[in-house]
Amino acid sequence: MSKMLMRLGNLKKKLTGDNIFRVLSATVATSAVVILVVTAYVLSTGAIPVIQRFGSYFFTGTSWNPVEGRELYGALPYVLGTLATSCIALIIGVPLSIGIAIFLAEMAPKKVRVPISYLIELLAAVPSVIYGLWGLLVFRLWLQQYVEIPIHNYLGWIPIFATEGGGVPVGLDLLNGGIILAIMIIPTVASVSKEVLTAVPDSIREGAYSIGATKWEVVRHWVLSYGRSGIFGAVILGLGRAVGETIAVTMVVGNAIGPNAMPTSLFQPAQTMASLIANGFLEAPNPLDKSAYIGVGLTLLLMSLLINVIAHIMMARILKIKGGAVE
Amino acid sequence: MNNTMKIALVIIIVAIAIGSVVAYIYLSAPPALQPAVLHGAGATFPAPFINATITYYTANVQTNVQIDYPGGGSGAGINALTDKTVDFAGSDAPLTASQRAAAPNALHIPETIGAITVAYNLPGVPTGLNMTGQVIADIYLGTIVKWNDQALQSLNPGTTLPDQNIVTVHRSDSSGTTNWFTKYLSLVSSAWNSSIGSGTSVQWPGGTGSPGNSGVAATVQSTQYAVGYIELAYALQNAITVAKIQNPAGNWIAPSLASTTAAAEALTNLPAGDQDWGSVSILNTAGQQAYPIVTPTYILVYKELNVVPGMDQNKATQLVRFIWYLVHDGQSLASDLEYAPLPSNVVQVDEASINSITFNGQTLHSH
Amino acid sequence: MINNYVFRKVKNRLFFVLCLACVVIAVIPLLSILYEVVSRGAPFLSLQFLTNDALHGGIGPAIQGTLILIGLTSLIGIPVGILSGVYLAEFGDNKYASFLRAINDVLTEFPSIVVGITAYSVVVIGLIGSYSPIAGAVALSIMLVPIVARTTDESLKLVPNSVREASLALGIRKWKTTLRIVVPAAKSGVITGILLATARIAGETAPILLTILGSNYFFQGFRSPMDALPLRIFRDARWDNPRVQAEAWGVALILILIVLSLNIGVRLAARGRFKR
Repeated sequence: MSKMLMRLGNLKKKLTGDNIFRVLSATVATSAVVILVVTAYVLSTGAIPVIQRFGSYFFTGTSWNPVEGRELYGALPYVLGTLATSCIALIIGVPLSIGIAIFLAEMAPKKVRVPISYLIELLAAVPSVIYGLWGLLVFRLWLQQYVEIPIHNYLGWIPIFATEGGGVPVGLDLLNGGIILAIMIIPTVASVSKEVLTAVPDSIREGAYSIGATKWEVVRHWVLSYGRSGIFGAVILGLGRAVGETIAVTMVVGNAIGPNAMPTSLFQPAQTMASLIANGFLEAPNPLDKSAYIGVGLTLLLMSLLINVIAHIMMARILKIKGGAVE
Repeated sequence: MNNTMKIALVIIIVAIAIGSVVAYIYLSAPPALQPAVLHGAGATFPAPFINATITYYTANVQTNVQIDYPGGGSGAGINALTDKTVDFAGSDAPLTASQRAAAPNALHIPETIGAITVAYNLPGVPTGLNMTGQVIADIYLGTIVKWNDQALQSLNPGTTLPDQNIVTVHRSDSSGTTNWFTKYLSLVSSAWNSSIGSGTSVQWPGGTGSPGNSGVAATVQSTQYAVGYIELAYALQNAITVAKIQNPAGNWIAPSLASTTAAAEALTNLPAGDQDWGSVSILNTAGQQAYPIVTPTYILVYKELNVVPGMDQNKATQLVRFIWYLVHDGQSLASDLEYAPLPSNVVQVDEASINSITFNGQTLHSH
Repeated sequence: MINNYVFRKVKNRLFFVLCLACVVIAVIPLLSILYEVVSRGAPFLSLQFLTNDALHGGIGPAIQGTLILIGLTSLIGIPVGILSGVYLAEFGDNKYASFLRAINDVLTEFPSIVVGITAYSVVVIGLIGSYSPIAGAVALSIMLVPIVARTTDESLKLVPNSVREASLALGIRKWKTTLRIVVPAAKSGVITGILLATARIAGETAPILLTILGSNYFFQGFRSPMDALPLRIFRDARWDNPRVQAEAWGVALILILIVLSLNIGVRLAARGRFKR
């Protein structure tokens, strides 16, 4: 009897407001895990029909045929399209971002630093669909007229600048998709790079100045190498962002489908995994077709997760190293 | 209270205010006076026509109904109809056998017709170049390479065609227009049929891909010696140079609203609404003035409306009344929007279908 | 020796100019977008445009839809996000909390279309059976919660421990301390985080593309499709009709006004605080 009373007493101690609060908030916080698990479950079970039916063809094949009786689904063009647009985004966006970061961290007078920083952040505030609208109705014309047609006229014999069949490039293609993505990742890469460069200890700079180096030399030979791994982490974060971006790319990438979607030329319409789903998911005429789109979604999620996990591991290691650095 | 708090407070108040107003409007009017709301989804091709008719209809003919057709694509429409999340759907393609099995007793009700033009860019050559289906297929196959190929030149004795390669343009995105164009090519060319076939997207043997009608039109108009296929409405609205195509009667027909209607006029043996429309084709129909590449578009609706959740007698009656209006008086709005009006033989079949629609076993419309 | 020095100085100047050029190149698209949206969208601004339904040439349903989505998403997402952030900051010294933080970071990087697929499968098909504003709100909440959790976590961590210790020393329970003292101390950071996250999700298209479908009419209930500003822009911009495409700029102007005023308002408020 007294043991039971003791047990009740213990229970009462456990039911304090603090413990309830702790358990409650922990439960709510667990919603993140629930969301992740549910998403993984939905995508995996949704993708099973199409992967069971086509096996490795789904990841290596190029046809996309929803016609009944001749169904065939291969996601390779879209995986490559995602990688291609992201690569273009990095090639164009990373140098610009690093230039901006150097400007803000090393060169800008204090008065200018905050407004320019803010302008760059404002780039991130513009909704993706408005980037797409601008890319489709404004930028495309400029790109077509001043970049694509001149290059196509002189260098169109090079495969990467060719259009199949020789037609004039329209401006809704791999290049446009890549450039829009480049603009959209600049805020991310630039701000993280700026933080990295700002964190470089001043003693490094002072040491370099003391032997007569110019600012450029200080940055190039000392600051950038010190912050090299951090910047690399920023680049990977930018890559993750580029891979996951959907709507802006959908509006400018040209929406190719099937083997014609293989990204062979900058001036050909292409397709990314995200844009494929945005274009076709609602239209899917039968469950197998829907499963194909979900399969592409699963592939996209896995790729995005992989890139982001790598980025976070790298950032964590860098922080550990910096944390222990002698200063 | 600092500024951030003020902003947050303002936003919260505004959101609550809007929410309350919405709730009040939604809940306050007695059910009988609330307009019946019908939902549709589907093909974007007929959407301007359907919505123009809805606007006129709900303003002048039947004011206590709202009809929502936001488009979304044929596939989305068929899916929504199958999932019974809409009251009716629009589709450019008839239901396949498996789709019919998933949506049993769905009626096909054509409400307007479209056509596909073949556009070209030949300096000095005006609109109206003669082509046959076989020639078009050979051009896209790559069998005919130059504009002054004998096959093309012999069709156009009065015009000197240039000694230039033909640049073919096709749709890069998946589309109903590609579906019907390739069906036509499969019909007129056995070589095309066996090597490429038809579908909303196919493996084109070369040629440039562009997205959307506007993409194809832009590419054709900016690329000399190009040829491409474009929806009639778009071609008419933008005054694009298009070809005359020979029909089975032997005449060279330019694409127009009249020649499109004429093609549908020649249709015989249309199935009843609830049967299989998979083999209905308005391609290459008989008829002296019929244009050869004509495309259907359908309203899809269940024959027995009580399978749709949320349907009631009032809504069912309104739906049937609207569809009736669409295929009769609504047709007068069609040509202003560059849609071809339905010929009487199609209207007759539609009337039979509409008359067969029931709610809880009772027919809703009889004329 | 002098030549080399001059050469190095020139390189230095060049370098400065290059970096400045990077900034200018990056800012040009922003300026172009703002210019085009304002110049092409302003002619559309009228009372009819803002309040009529789509069949009468207006975007009233889209504006209403975006506001409803913001409201519903906030209702679901803000409490969950704040409470999650509270757990991470106040009870976060254990492995489970680090694990949760990592999961949260993963969630913030989810491709938005994948969120749409999940919400479609679970809510549209599984729970409700039709396109619905609730499905849209669930999708947007999935994007909102991790962001709010993270910003709340970071804001709470900035509150000095002395505040917590002083409160506990007075005998106030931990839960009361957290809710009545710590959170209010961090409230501007928390609210800033919420407002920025809200501005972000107000402009999201992919999650609502698959869940609310779009509509020509105003809100018709929780089991019906609905329109929203980003969705309307997405559809109109890709329509094969220049008149419809031109209208998309008007819608874009409204959306950008909402999003940018939230952003700029938050920044101005923050600056005001520091300047004091």
